Amino acid sequence: MKKETLKITANERLTHDAFAMTFEGCSRVKPGSFVELSLDGFFLARPFGAGDYSDGKLTVFYRVVGEGTEAMTSLKAGKEISALTGLGNGFRTERAKRPLLVGGGLGVAPLYYLAEDFASRGVRPTVVAGFRSARDVILRKEFAAISDIVVTTDDGTEGYCGNAVSYLKNNSVEYDYYYACGPTVMLKYLTEFDVKGEVSLEARMGCGFGACMGCSIMTRSGPKRVCKEGPVFDAAEVIL
Amino acid sequence: MNTFCGNKDTRTELFGYTLKNPVIPASGTFGFGYEFADWYDIDILGSISLKGTTLEARYGNPLPRIADCPAGLINAIGLENPGVEKVVSRELVKLDKVYKGKVIANVGGHSFEEYTRTAAGFNRADKVFALELNISCPNVKGGGLAFGTDPKVVEELVAAVKEASVKPVIVKLSPNVTDIAALAKAAERGGADGISLINTLLGMRIDLRTARPIISVKRGGYSGKGVFPVAVNMVYAVSEAVALPVIGMGGVSSARDVVEMMYAGASAVMVGTANLVDPYACKNIIEELPALMEELGIDKLTDIIGRAHNA
Ligand SMILES: Cc1cc2nc3c(=O)[nH]c(=O)nc-3n(C[C@H](O)[C@H](O)[C@H](O)COP(=O)(O)OP(=O)(O)OC[C@H]3O[C@@H](n4cnc5c(N)ncnc54)[C@H](O)[C@@H]3O)c2cc1C
Ligand SMILES: Cc1cc2nc3c(=O)[nH]c(=O)nc-3n(C[C@H](O)[C@H](O)[C@H](O)COP(=O)(O)O)c2cc1C
Ligand code: FES
Repeated sequence: MKKETLKITANERLTHDAFAMTFEGCSRVKPGSFVELSLDGFFLARPFGAGDYSDGKLTVFYRVVGEGTEAMTSLKAGKEISALTGLGNGFRTERAKRPLLVGGGLGVAPLYYLAEDFASRGVRPTVVAGFRSARDVILRKEFAAISDIVVTTDDGTEGYCGNAVSYLKNNSVEYDYYYACGPTVMLKYLTEFDVKGEVSLEARMGCGFGACMGCSIMTRSGPKRVCKEGPVFDAAEVIL
Repeated sequence: MNTFCGNKDTRTELFGYTLKNPVIPASGTFGFGYEFADWYDIDILGSISLKGTTLEARYGNPLPRIADCPAGLINAIGLENPGVEKVVSRELVKLDKVYKGKVIANVGGHSFEEYTRTAAGFNRADKVFALELNISCPNVKGGGLAFGTDPKVVEELVAAVKEASVKPVIVKLSPNVTDIAALAKAAERGGADGISLINTLLGMRIDLRTARPIISVKRGGYSGKGVFPVAVNMVYAVSEAVALPVIGMGGVSSARDVVEMMYAGASAVMVGTANLVDPYACKNIIEELPALMEELGIDKLTDIIGRAHNA
């Protein structure tokens, strides 16, 4: 965990509502960890998963859902932002020999850095990435370079027609352990389908580093803070 | 102990215990303290007010528990804590490794019995130099209305806790009342050793997309920068009404706010929500204090307590 001043180097539109913001000046962060970005004019910082990282350069992939993320779209390269970096536990990458990465919507964001991490160690993960529609698909080319990716869309406008979990149920995908991030309903169906994996959760946060109990969820092993013991939890442990 | 910063004396005192400076992280915003040792050496703190503790472990309210506001936040944690026994046997032990000073245990409850038994649970904890009674909790037997809104209930509750506890008792007042001075006086009659204020102001945010309150239990407590003037006014009023030491809080985010609170009558100052948006908030405030004292011509911080009342 660090408090750092990050400098925006790029802020690019990916789709009608998704953007990639890249910063320099970030200390090393783990796949599955998150950052809290302090935005001018907002009291609470906004949490985002580490979407990509190398040599001090951090990328977050974000979707515009409210005022804060809307304000982010107008930030320009050169602007400095105060941030807490390296928050949360991160993915336990040592657990998989044949990793499967399951993402829904912007939930694919932290999985991209995870896929890169596997690729850097000579492991080619399988990725199943679900989106609402073709116009929502992000990072397809980037994933394809380092993983075997299947894209699914709810309306069938690109790739498999259906969601990521229905794809897994209807196709034999080889893996020994999965890493998932996405909407709660997706994670719920996924953990009902298989518990050999871990899921990254979201919660509204007060602090992001374990001080306020704002993000405490009840798990099968008692209350846990999404920002501290999480955001990544054992699939067998979460109650969704 | 480093009590002098340059030639400035930042010490203050509560019930015979000397704090090296008046800055105390407020209950519920600093966990059980040790979480912040990952950010900085927390030994610099005047003291620490621990997370509100109840008799048994509590999970608290469903999520969402937090809502963002323009100059603060609303929380409805619901007093999540591991229960007094574990706080004493586990949390205080962990804290002792990273903080040498003594701390304030914050006690919550939903009945007289729960308050008194929880308070007694700290009797043998040497790490604790005082209790802080959070009387903003709903009184289950009293129809769910907060204990802290009825002077008669407050007086009796404080008297009961005083009897059960061997520690000095600070009564933490709720600002959600029409006459806070009357409640301070009731606490004084009940035997309180000190008063702290303010707890959070009732507040609500509604999601424009769903037209539903953001907080799961609809309303929560508003705190942070935006409540500072409300808090200064109440600290001023209470320190005029009682002869007890007062600990001021509510929106404090800078050394300037600390001095303002002390002018209003505070002997020490708690910093809450500011810690959540900047983990270094208390450290920065403590480090800014000597230079600010120099700027304002203050040599000894205790000289300024209540100075605004002479104006
Ligand atoms: C650990 C973690 C990682 C995340 N990673 C990503 C990511 O990589 N990409 C991405 O696009 N989004 C991510 N999110 C969700 C992102 O934090 C929210 O979309 C964002 O905070 C919304 O801010 P806003 O001001 O636009 O929305 P508003 O609704 O105006 O925000 C109001 C308040 O609610 C909070 N809030 C609203 N939605 C969420 C949410 N889903 N989760 C947590 N807090 C929320 C905001 O932080 C803010 O405090 C992540 C959330 C968490 C907890
Ligand atoms: C997340 C959160 C949790 C809190 N928990 C407690 C608590 O357990 N007991 C208590 O007496 N006050 C609690 N408070 C109130 C604070 O201690 C403080 O009185 C209030 O927030 C005003 O100060 P501030 O504006 O500096 O935060 C809590 C406040 C917040 C923001
Ligand atoms: S957000 Fe404060 S404890 Fe998790």
